[in-house]
Amino acid sequence: MGEVIVSMEHITKVFPGVKALDDVSFELKSGEVMALLGENGAGKSTLMKILSGVYQKDGGTLKIMGREYDSLNPGQALSAGVAIIHQELNMCKDLSVAENMFLGREHVNGIMLNNAEMERIAGKYLDDLGVNIDPQETVGNLPVSKQQMIEIAKALSVNAKILIMDEPTSALTSREIKELFAIIRQLKEQGCGIVYISHRLEELAHITDRVTIMRDGKYITSGDFQSFTMDEIIANMVGREIKEKFPRVHCEKGRKIFEVRGLNAGKSVRDVSFSLYEGEIVGFAGLMGAGRTETTRAIFGVDAKESGTLYLDDREIKINDPMDAIRAGIVLAPEDRKKDGLCTKLTIRENIALPNLDIICGKSGVINRKKETEICEEAVRNFSIKTPGVDIDAGNLSGGNQQKVVVGKWLARNSRVVMFDEPTRGIDVGAKVEIYHLMNKLKQQGIAVMFVSSEMPEVMGIADRIIVMCDGRITGELTAEEATQNEILKYATQFESKL
Amino acid sequence: MKTGKTGVLKRIMRMKGMGAALTAFVGLIVIYAAFGFMNPMVFSGQNILNLLRSMSKYLLIGIGQSYVMITGNIDLSLGSIAGMSAMMTATLMTLGVNPIVAMLITLVLCLAVGLVNGLLVGKFKLPPFIATLGTMFIARGVAYIVNGNRNTDNIGITLGKDVADGFQNFFYYGKVLGLFNTFWIAFIIFVICFFILSKTRTGRHIYAIGSNVEAAKLSGVNVVKTTVKAYLISEFCGAIVGFILCAQAGMGNMEAGNVYEMYGVAAGVIGGVSPLGGSGILLGTFAGAAVWQTLENGLNMIGAQVGIQRIVIGVMVVAAVLVSVLRGKKKA
Repeated sequence: MGEVIVSMEHITKVFPGVKALDDVSFELKSGEVMALLGENGAGKSTLMKILSGVYQKDGGTLKIMGREYDSLNPGQALSAGVAIIHQELNMCKDLSVAENMFLGREHVNGIMLNNAEMERIAGKYLDDLGVNIDPQETVGNLPVSKQQMIEIAKALSVNAKILIMDEPTSALTSREIKELFAIIRQLKEQGCGIVYISHRLEELAHITDRVTIMRDGKYITSGDFQSFTMDEIIANMVGREIKEKFPRVHCEKGRKIFEVRGLNAGKSVRDVSFSLYEGEIVGFAGLMGAGRTETTRAIFGVDAKESGTLYLDDREIKINDPMDAIRAGIVLAPEDRKKDGLCTKLTIRENIALPNLDIICGKSGVINRKKETEICEEAVRNFSIKTPGVDIDAGNLSGGNQQKVVVGKWLARNSRVVMFDEPTRGIDVGAKVEIYHLMNKLKQQGIAVMFVSSEMPEVMGIADRIIVMCDGRITGELTAEEATQNEILKYATQFESKL
Repeated sequence: MKTGKTGVLKRIMRMKGMGAALTAFVGLIVIYAAFGFMNPMVFSGQNILNLLRSMSKYLLIGIGQSYVMITGNIDLSLGSIAGMSAMMTATLMTLGVNPIVAMLITLVLCLAVGLVNGLLVGKFKLPPFIATLGTMFIARGVAYIVNGNRNTDNIGITLGKDVADGFQNFFYYGKVLGLFNTFWIAFIIFVICFFILSKTRTGRHIYAIGSNVEAAKLSGVNVVKTTVKAYLISEFCGAIVGFILCAQAGMGNMEAGNVYEMYGVAAGVIGGVSPLGGSGILLGTFAGAAVWQTLENGLNMIGAQVGIQRIVIGVMVVAAVLVSVLRGKKKA
């Protein structure tokens, strides 16, 4: 193993309201594969975005190839030899494969682009990866897995000395993964240092030399991969203690309200079946991209279902669009409150009234102001939304109160099933507890409650029953009593082996 | 790697927007033939010459607007830039300034507006619709006050008839190889702009930021610089149209170039330039400008009222975009 090529010391990064990185140190040597591990939100991607010039650090020192950088933009990082393959693919879909690979560093003859040369080189790198892609093809016409291979080929083509791969295998087939690992070994021999971020722990043994583990934006430990057991790695990833921040209300589990059978929708929802009962809260755990959000969207009728049946009170119901779901009494509080859940520029009154306009207006289509006020004030009272009045812009409320408005707007409809997607994301601790109270209240009213959350303590603290998803499938189901973080993580990483 | 003819042909056909451009050309031929059938005068040599000359203004505006549209933005100030350019040059010439100097001064001013547009949109992230709406009013305002809120006198009033004629012939009335100079000027600019867009790094970056600005930035593309370049080219084209309008009238008209920016949008869109950015080629814009002018000319020749002309042209624009939207949907 060679000399140190990246050294990051005491790095801090603050986003408005959040300390994403807190005194994190990281080191990479030439000719090694360093696995960077941690739960969602541990700060892995943020750290690597600083190394690749996407974000600027707020503190600490960053050295690449022995040279210290105070600030770095993506172009500079690239010329310093740092290439990153982003988790979310970043391609210009209107441009061709070769055009994307050489974007920002085009080959030219004088002032003319040398397309033939770029296509030739692009073809060579793609051939090396063993993928059959025409360099002239428009990227938008290719499936995601091929786009992923193009990203990898692009990183190889810059002759990167430091290659960062953020979940590179999530979209690849087993054959492509094998090719990728062969390439990684080859790059190691050539002296490249590789940072490998993956939730697929079972993959690590094939390529990893060392690991660095992060948690909650902090550095936890690092060392030779061989010196850790898989259990130790998991323990270091999740090892935070759970305090009593989760109010729990006990209800008798009643009759079955809602059932999903054999739901399929695209790649991320595969043969999903489960039931929800009166008087219980069901938590959906899993890693990012496990298909939980997609499941709620498919049930709610936002995304098309390929197959599967839904039963409400043992009667089959058809949901083709959100309006069907709302009429049936199934509602969704989506993940991105500001984008999908609220019209932030409208008032609380207008937001709460929006899905209830049919009730408020009756047949005439004219808004009955009195009825509207009644419904809105009831929602504000019921959920103790902290606001001087209902005519305040929803965007001016705190995150927790916004979430209450999102839920409150469904209240007037006698909803039977309420689905939450990441209900407490970006909300401070105090407000979180209020959201939990809200969920408990729904539970006590006999409404079936399910929620998706990537915060394991929250799932374990609030849910009566936990369903774990991985790769679009349900991989495990646990009661609150038997659930442990390790148990959940075991199910959450139960990928169908691709190797 | 295959090279040679098949590779070149394949690349030409692969060019995103080539299909739409060729469709527009076919449409052009159909429209032209249809009008010719109704009035054979449409086919006369004189009419063809006039057609080529009058489409040149739309072509230039269309080129400028297409550059900006491919970056995913819009330039509402383009018509006012043409007006400002016409009034500035005319006013300076009536004051006895040499035409070349007058044009240079005007050009600098127009490009300054392009710089402002590019910075407002690229650096300060203003919505392009708002930023260029502002500069649209400002440029038109300058066109008004530059000669004290009235149209200028004849441009030869101080410089003399010979100089004025020289200027007017160069931009409008003169011919080279049987075609009006106006067409040649537009054609040369078209060739250069076509080259920049399809063959140079700048052109590639213009497509890239229109396709996915985030991806472009992460690849090291300078988004601000590229946006500014697109607006500079746009305003350059606007300035040239101003010279042409000034030469045509022999004076400066305060309303010159009014709503031309929208003709530019129409020419681009008919030719397959996506108003959402990332795709389209200038060959399409050429066809679009020709379609636009042929419609105007042909409807005139068969005696259609102005109102009818507007309606037909409006339907054309919506239909062109509707077709491309439906086509895109089918693919997705």
